[in-house]
Amino acid sequence: MEVPGGNIGKLSICGTVNDLACMGARPRYLSCAFQIEEGFPLAQLEEIAAAMEKTAAEAGVRIVAGDTKVAGRGQVDHVFITTTGIGEVQAGATPAGNRAKPGDAVIVTGDVGRHGCTILLARNEFSIDADVTSDCAPLWGTVKSLLDTIPDRQDLHVIRDATRGGVGTVLYEIAEQSQVGIRLNAADVPVDPAVRGVCGMLGLEPLYLACEGRLVIFAPQSAAQGIVDTLRQGKYSRDAAIIGEVIDQPEAKGKVIITTEIGTQTMLPAPGGELLPRIC
Amino acid sequence: MTNTTEKMNQSLQEARDIITGYRGPKLRIMEVCGTHTHEIFRLGIRQLLPESIELISGPGCPVCVTPTDFIDEAIWLATEKQVTICTFGDLVRVPGTTQNLGEARAAGANVQVVYTPLDAVTYAAEHPSEAVAFLSVGFETTTPAACLAVKRAMAQGLTNFSLLTANKTMDQAYLAMADACDAYLYPGHVCAIAGTALPEQLVHTHGISGVATGFTASELLTALAVIIRKQAAGKPFFVNCYPRVVTHEGSPAAQKLVRTLMEPCDAEWRGLGTIPQSGLQLRADYGQFDARVKYQIPAMHGHGNPACRCGDICRANARRPIARSLAKSAILSTRSVPAWCPMKVPAPHSISMEGISDVHRS
Repeated sequence: MEVPGGNIGKLSICGTVNDLACMGARPRYLSCAFQIEEGFPLAQLEEIAAAMEKTAAEAGVRIVAGDTKVAGRGQVDHVFITTTGIGEVQAGATPAGNRAKPGDAVIVTGDVGRHGCTILLARNEFSIDADVTSDCAPLWGTVKSLLDTIPDRQDLHVIRDATRGGVGTVLYEIAEQSQVGIRLNAADVPVDPAVRGVCGMLGLEPLYLACEGRLVIFAPQSAAQGIVDTLRQGKYSRDAAIIGEVIDQPEAKGKVIITTEIGTQTMLPAPGGELLPRIC
Repeated sequence: MTNTTEKMNQSLQEARDIITGYRGPKLRIMEVCGTHTHEIFRLGIRQLLPESIELISGPGCPVCVTPTDFIDEAIWLATEKQVTICTFGDLVRVPGTTQNLGEARAAGANVQVVYTPLDAVTYAAEHPSEAVAFLSVGFETTTPAACLAVKRAMAQGLTNFSLLTANKTMDQAYLAMADACDAYLYPGHVCAIAGTALPEQLVHTHGISGVATGFTASELLTALAVIIRKQAAGKPFFVNCYPRVVTHEGSPAAQKLVRTLMEPCDAEWRGLGTIPQSGLQLRADYGQFDARVKYQIPAMHGHGNPACRCGDICRANARRPIARSLAKSAILSTRSVPAWCPMKVPAPHSISMEGISDVHRS
């Protein structure tokens, strides 16, 4: 329900707002459906609603329709919230997963894996204490700043929010959809030291932990530095960085390659299966 | 490339130069530990090696060497005796004869992933109506925690907790695998618990060489460079390249705990067969916590996948193309990783399936 950096209400707005923003669309209207377990505390529901109101206001989106259902005890796990949104595609903006091109820079708007790590810790399954806060944030403002400053909106080839599966999964999806290879520079991927520490203990790869406030952007090298400079002015993208590039090698098509800290090249393991902490 | 090279400190560069510049006779080095294998893969260290240096991935991943019969026993407990299975996450994908634990779970078995054996005790205490068995795999590093779990269950008076043991020790394996390599990269964490008396002794009794090392790029490259330099001197050697963690004595407290609760037994290693006295089982005094005793598990006569080449890989008999042909995906492009070997490969739908993060998602 509640994790450092956000609650389910904030998440429910950010998820849809960010999906719209990634299509180059200004989020306008949301519908919102609640399924609430019988006995769920009203005070908590009010907190969730307050977070939704605040986040929607920040994103400039109006919640115009909704529905509420109360389910019997045990039929719903506390509360489910489903949001759906309508946005207005901005002129000239055509970001899409199949538009990555060789030579593009790969940009992330901040450190990776923080939300997923926060959830892992909040579940308290691992008896690990770490100071990690979710990156959950509404990102229309971030995308708008790019649309407003970039000389040619067409240069925003791809914008994706790295939610489920994290940045690694998004990169594999884009490599597949655009039929290109992607090369990352491990040293340039921003990871919070606490997240890196938790991942080290559990044997997880930060690139595969979910983010809820991070975008992955593909744009021509010529536009990349300007994009990063703009992002670094923004509230939710101060640590934006170029982490890699799209490469023009037929054998790398559909793959994500990493230049490691010692300068060798390895493949980022392809996503798949269940997130399992490793003993080995 | 240039940037990363510049960032490397001088000693790392020196180690790297020694490795890449090696032009001596064929040198086979076995990294015993599964986490070493993982880091060598992740860091792409094999790319630095000249033709004459071969890295062999040894049997030091407790998950990888867990035999088919053990998984069959766990699934039997879960399905025939309705025992809740608590397990380390990466064991879920290890194949039994017909199923792995993940598939058994999908078919209705209660399989809980835990991070430590103590979590399994907590689970048992919180679910008194369930019989709970923890799948106790692991080497010197993990076994003490399993013993602690038994002690805690005993102290709490729990009668619904037991261990299904497949614990192993490395000492017999060092001897069994000695012919497969010229020097060991000894497992750093095992040495941290067990100490270095045995590797030191093996130098004199069996002429077995090796270094104990850690898991960072710098530690791994330094260890390889030390092996190259020491090997050139022509005498068996042991060097502790991980002194910040490894001592001669190891952890006497952990060693005593294990000795108190467990005793050596013969153990089967997936792909390698039975190595005498290389396993650990609970002593008879703790029989009420031994799942095999408690549930009278019948002897399993399972069949491993005939395509499995784990043993060949550990013995360095498999060559890259063979392993590649087994690999289900292109990521497994070095022969260090068995086809099914659990790796750091989290999922696109991982956290989201149950987490609050994606409750709002379709």
